[in-house]
Amino acid sequence: MSKQMTGAKMVVQALKDQGVEVVFGYPGGAVLPIYDELFLQNDIRHILVRHEQGAVHMAEGYARSTGKPGVALVTSGPGATNAVTGLTDALMDSIPIVVLTGQVPTFMIGTDGFQEADTVGITRPCTKMNWLVKDTAKLSETIHQAFHVATHGRPGPVLIDIPKDVQFATADYTPAEKAKISHYQPRTEGDPNQIARLVEMMETAERPILYTGGGVINSGPRASQLLRELANETGFPVTSTLMGLGAYPASGKSWIGMLGMHGLYEANLAMHGCDLMINIGARFDDRITGRVKDFSPRSKKAHIDIDPSSINKVIHVDVPILGDVAKVLEELLRQWRARGSRTDKAGLAKWWKQIDEWRAVKCLAYKPSTSTIKPQYALERLEALTKGMDRYITTEVGQHQMWAAQFLGFEEPNRWMTSGGLGTMGYGLPASIGVQIAHPEALVINVAGEASWLMNMQEMGTAMQFRAPVKQFILNNERLGMVRQWQELLHGERYSSSWSESLPDFVKLAEAFGCKGIKCDDPKDLDDAVMEMIRHDGPVIFDCLVEKHENCFPMIPSGKPHNEMLLSADAEAFRSGAVLV
Amino acid sequence: MSALNIKKGSTSHSAYDLRSANSEVEESHTLAVIVENEPGVLARVIGLFSGRGYNIDSLTVAEVDHTGHRSRITIVTRGTPAVIDQIEAQLSRMVPVHAVHDLTMDGPSVQRELALVKVRGKGEHRIEALRLAEIFRANVVDSTLESFVFEMTGTPEKIDAFADLMRPLGLVEIARTGVAALKRGF
Ligand SMILES: Cc1ncc(C[n+]2csc(CCOP(=O)(O)OP(=O)(O)O)c2C)c(N)n1
Ligand SMILES: [Mg+2]
Repeated sequence: MSKQMTGAKMVVQALKDQGVEVVFGYPGGAVLPIYDELFLQNDIRHILVRHEQGAVHMAEGYARSTGKPGVALVTSGPGATNAVTGLTDALMDSIPIVVLTGQVPTFMIGTDGFQEADTVGITRPCTKMNWLVKDTAKLSETIHQAFHVATHGRPGPVLIDIPKDVQFATADYTPAEKAKISHYQPRTEGDPNQIARLVEMMETAERPILYTGGGVINSGPRASQLLRELANETGFPVTSTLMGLGAYPASGKSWIGMLGMHGLYEANLAMHGCDLMINIGARFDDRITGRVKDFSPRSKKAHIDIDPSSINKVIHVDVPILGDVAKVLEELLRQWRARGSRTDKAGLAKWWKQIDEWRAVKCLAYKPSTSTIKPQYALERLEALTKGMDRYITTEVGQHQMWAAQFLGFEEPNRWMTSGGLGTMGYGLPASIGVQIAHPEALVINVAGEASWLMNMQEMGTAMQFRAPVKQFILNNERLGMVRQWQELLHGERYSSSWSESLPDFVKLAEAFGCKGIKCDDPKDLDDAVMEMIRHDGPVIFDCLVEKHENCFPMIPSGKPHNEMLLSADAEAFRSGAVLV
Repeated sequence: MSALNIKKGSTSHSAYDLRSANSEVEESHTLAVIVENEPGVLARVIGLFSGRGYNIDSLTVAEVDHTGHRSRITIVTRGTPAVIDQIEAQLSRMVPVHAVHDLTMDGPSVQRELALVKVRGKGEHRIEALRLAEIFRANVVDSTLESFVFEMTGTPEKIDAFADLMRPLGLVEIARTGVAALKRGF
């Protein structure tokens, strides 16, 4: 028996059917019928944000930390255009989110009506798929379809644009199980023959490396578990991209650290020198490869990815394996074990010896100080004082983000939320709120730069209103630090607009929001101050005044190969010759 | 078209992929993309080409299965083998795309384009235009005392050749549909 209801009610019903518990949103004329329906029920919680960009980043934080799709609801016109940055961010980092936008009534579309924007046109390139629903009878099915698309294959953002008259009109509701199954069913099983080729290569490789990425985390906890088994049983070293941190534990014996532009010396040199590279759910991003022509020149490369367009896009690989990471690793381990779990032990021992020599360089070493807080020191202390806690970390974008990736250790997947592909300043604060809403009891810390943090600081109001006790740990260098670093190294020390001027007093700002503010500028006080932040039952803005001119090393300048990495010691010697991207 | 252009179908007579993955030589490929006939799908496909900097030399689209709501988009594109592979991968992962066929790689194919060619002239020129049209098997679909509209189908090269011949005879306007293509045999 079918059930008649209004489009607005359908939206809420479909969200419930999809298991949605929280919606991050902001009302406006074109979504009022949906807000009315939200008001009339108690199953779905609505988090009122302060800016629609915040809603989308919260949905991302929610999704990344739970593995479930995040949902945002915004009005037409400016509500929809404010969502564009978040959509693009989610597209770049493969985060499953469903964004619902209101639209002017169907009969007004195309008339430049009040708050009309061509939302599906604007968001087409920044969504995995989007729909303008012009008929209430198709609305519920479209929503079910949207959840399917967002979460299957390579995850990503989807958007449904719902004109106001479609929300008011009545039609039959299609429950999730009755909805037309989408033809969109990406292949998840890897080709066993290609996997067999990889197994043979694994048996004879002398210098193998597992290069893992966000795909391992997107594939689900089983994928991380299988990666651990693979690494531990083979003894192959594991490195990861920024997006993949936590899939393999930082305390694991095969862990050699993050790779890439600000990755560890040992990880980048191992990538450069390996003879077998097994890419698991990463995408050969330019922050990883450096100069493509010189990328890992002597290795055979295998690539496991669910997205066919990721394979051979940037780097030509010898063994392409199209499939879901967990399913492919399952089969890979099965075949490799069935053939006797063989590796070249002598080769591996030599390889690890080489890696240990690279490690001995201690690429993260920095000049300690007793008078000013070094940002690296602040993160080392944060790591030490929160280790073992039920902890989630988000970040903004800049030097602090890279230091957080270098100095914090992640033992589990879904514990690290950062804007990788798009590099969106302003991501971290709303993302931390999204994470905290999903995990109310956990310690959620946003490692921020003062400049990024200001971009979405209005969301402190959201944190206060919904009692999300997020900790905003601001490494305040009074600089657009990463910009300043590039200007120092690549633009003749001409610091064009990279000062953070006229900063607010963060403690007073915290008080203005009604939350706790802490300021610390002395390394001796740092531990106590961090503990005070952790223990405080409520949101905290922590203004950690750090060394202003610290540079983030190692650094591979854009367009340079991995073996032309800058360490802090040679930084002075380095001036030009790198390509700016 | 560049002199390096490999003619359509020329690599398809071998059982092996003769192209080197690292080849920098641009090839022309005809792709048939079967899509869900929904609003916005064509925009999404075209947006992929413009957004990622791929070429479109010709594009045709129409619904070919009215009950199943499937449209067939025929795209003639150009690129190095690696770029062509990437285009196909990018197309095939799109949500509303059902299938992507590379007709250039799948074996010999039939390629046809329809053109309407308006030629204006009197006397000798008019007679010559009509004579050439007959050779090209073009039909007269409209005529006045001073003009003809010819309709012809053929490969794009044949239409190019016809247009070149008509130019000195008074070609004033030409409308072309772009290529429709099907694989030969089964
Ligand atoms: C929205 C946006 N605008 C500009 C940039 C370019 N950008 C990258 S890092 C950075 C400076 C960030 O400064 P801050 O947040 O203080 O972090 P720091 O580097 O000082 O740690 C800028 C401007 C960006 N990534 N995102
Ligand atoms: Mg800063």
